[in-house]
Amino acid sequence: MLLGRVVGAVVPAVVYDGLEGVPMLLVQPLDRSGQPDGRTLVAADATRMAGPGELVCYEGGREAAMALDPSFVPVDHAIIGIVDDVVREPR
Amino acid sequence: MIVGTVTGHLHSTIAHPFYRAKPLLLVEREDASGVPTGDYLIAVDTVGAGVGEPVLVMEEGTGARQVLASKNGPVRSVIVGIVDLVSSS
Repeated sequence: MLLGRVVGAVVPAVVYDGLEGVPMLLVQPLDRSGQPDGRTLVAADATRMAGPGELVCYEGGREAAMALDPSFVPVDHAIIGIVDDVVREPR
Repeated sequence: MIVGTVTGHLHSTIAHPFYRAKPLLLVEREDASGVPTGDYLIAVDTVGAGVGEPVLVMEEGTGARQVLASKNGPVRSVIVGIVDLVSSS
């Protein structure tokens, strides 16, 4: 999993079977120090509770779809959790 | 599998039920000589690794689910070892 910041939402008009009602959020990936890193992506919100501004962790690939119910859905990134706090101890 | 160093941990109250009570650690990747590559990942700890320790991380979903005894948990990265020594020639 990686860390990301929710920066917006996508509201699809029509979706593939199984994705009805699944929130789609715009996520800005973050680097190891929490700074924006790379292009934003659209992730299905498996928690169904994340909102703009929140720090989340997301998974990509097959595991993204497995976080959803039903899990046989065309999704490549999913928000797995809302992160309350990251404790970094620099070496 | 990859070698990295644990640099922190994170708390997540609202998460997929699979992750309930599973320790999540922040691991920074390293190259063969132990230099951080700048990439990181969040992995489930199964061996009791602590901050500062070099660890072995498996990044494969099916193996991760096997380790965590889950049929369909949305997990890919698992810490499966604490490293004593890496010798590269």
